[in-house]
Amino acid sequence: MTTLRLGTILKYVLLILVSIFFLMPIYVIIITSLKPIEEVSLATMWSLPTAFDFSSYQIAWENLSPNLLNSFYLVIPATLLSAVLGAMNGYVLSKWKFKGADILFTFILFGMFIPYQSILIPLIQFLRTIDLYNSLWGLILVHVVYGLPITTLMFRNFYANIPSEMIESAQIDGANFLGVFRHIMIPLSITGFVVVAIWQFTNIWNEFLFAVTITTGDNQPVMVALQNLSGSQVVQWNVQMAGALLAALPTLLVYIFLGKYFVRGLLAGSVKG
Amino acid sequence: MMEKDLPIRKKNKISKDQLTAILFLIPSLILIVVFVYGFIGWTGYLSVSNYNTIVPDFSFAGLKNYAYLFNDFRFQADLRNTIFFTVFFIGLVIVLGLGLAILLDQKLKGESIFRNIFLFPMALSFIVTGVVWQWLLNPSTGFNNFLKVFGIQPKWYTDTNILAGFQWGQIEFGLPVAILAVVIAAVWQMTGFSLAMYLAGLRGIGDELREAARMDGATEFQIYWKVVLPLLMPITMSVVIIMAHISLKIFDLVYAMTGTGANFVTDVPGLYMFETTFRGNYYANGAAIAIIMLLLVAVFIVPYLWNNRKGDQS
Repeated sequence: MTTLRLGTILKYVLLILVSIFFLMPIYVIIITSLKPIEEVSLATMWSLPTAFDFSSYQIAWENLSPNLLNSFYLVIPATLLSAVLGAMNGYVLSKWKFKGADILFTFILFGMFIPYQSILIPLIQFLRTIDLYNSLWGLILVHVVYGLPITTLMFRNFYANIPSEMIESAQIDGANFLGVFRHIMIPLSITGFVVVAIWQFTNIWNEFLFAVTITTGDNQPVMVALQNLSGSQVVQWNVQMAGALLAALPTLLVYIFLGKYFVRGLLAGSVKG
Repeated sequence: MMEKDLPIRKKNKISKDQLTAILFLIPSLILIVVFVYGFIGWTGYLSVSNYNTIVPDFSFAGLKNYAYLFNDFRFQADLRNTIFFTVFFIGLVIVLGLGLAILLDQKLKGESIFRNIFLFPMALSFIVTGVVWQWLLNPSTGFNNFLKVFGIQPKWYTDTNILAGFQWGQIEFGLPVAILAVVIAAVWQMTGFSLAMYLAGLRGIGDELREAARMDGATEFQIYWKVVLPLLMPITMSVVIIMAHISLKIFDLVYAMTGTGANFVTDVPGLYMFETTFRGNYYANGAAIAIIMLLLVAVFIVPYLWNNRKGDQS
């Protein structure tokens, strides 16, 4: 009995130590962002601020708020469009398999793993040609296209779990391809849509390579603006930390309130059904 | 038997539903063919062109750009850094993720709180992680204030030492100490992924098997080493593949956290490609780096996808 307890205590000690490692950056971000500039010295880095000071948030907000708005304008349509297309593809590739459907799926899936550097130069030339370079619509298009493999994968796995008998009985009742999709698959895949939407929201919000190469200045999403803020030498650490927190807040809130679905998306994107 | 296998639909007439199904796929297929395969092809062509200028020059250059890169100090350093980054990053993510998953699988109280703590960095962007860890591992700020107590002051990502180095081509080949700082930040961010995967795997194994092994007199350690770990092998494979492709194309974390570093000790191909293409207008060189990155990723990904395709059919 005593050894068992000792083992349990040891497990808790280990878990708490690792938790400290994981939480420490958040602790430092929060306390630093709340300090007035005079207190952001090296010697007092780990100590709590003597008085709460929100001025760093004010400065960060002034710098980042237009870009935060850009990110919302980007993420919402891109997430919705890629989810709808993914559902369509997933439906066909799971329930209307034709000869070669699995190979075609693999062919689509490959697009998820490529380093985007390998398509970036032609992509930018193409966006310039169709006049979408340096625009949010251009970035939306890019995220919809390169989001297709993952959303198709998630919906395909999701729909594979819906019994085919349900579709067959609906077909006997006279439902056609579209009828089955609208009246059976979509209502049954609300959870699937939530999982895919959260996954895409997080990924597109956090994406940087496309954002920094396709947009400039006023059109940049928040991650590029944050990088610019922290890259400039004149900006104080407390402002940088406040900016980092502001930029991370939307995805953090999604994680805090809908973490269950976020983890499901994480697993759905890696383990194939 | 024969009757059952007979197709209900007429063979050479495509039904209206099948036609609609194909129409559903067409928009996405066109986008994938153009944006993925077409653009890769075009990048491949650029990588053997003379387009290292502001004005496009699509004349054929042969393998000149590749030859340049493999003799280039910076690119050789990038390959070295990528090797060490990948090995340490994947190793630590697996060991830490598996260890934490086993700890969390012990039915302890507060398991969900700990799980959420380990998983939340997954919701952050590499840019946020880079900005924060740049500060935490800056030699004159962050951790070093704390480590003063123990009298050690690591230089973290500003360290220019190459451990166990020997001359190889243009560079000193060995472990660049500075890259370990980037590894720490990357592990902090991505361990949640392997943890979630292993935890799902452990839940899937079920208690019966472990109970049976326990009955046979196996110790807890033996149960994990001999029974559980082999069963988790497919998950380990998936984690290795996914982490390898993230590691080989990493760009934003390094860009935000350290940049190229002195003597390119923290430089990676993704960063070189970005700078040479978009800051230097060396499009052909940038394309060649991108193609090398793609080939490196393909070595891991193509067999993985191919095996999974077979798995789907069985």
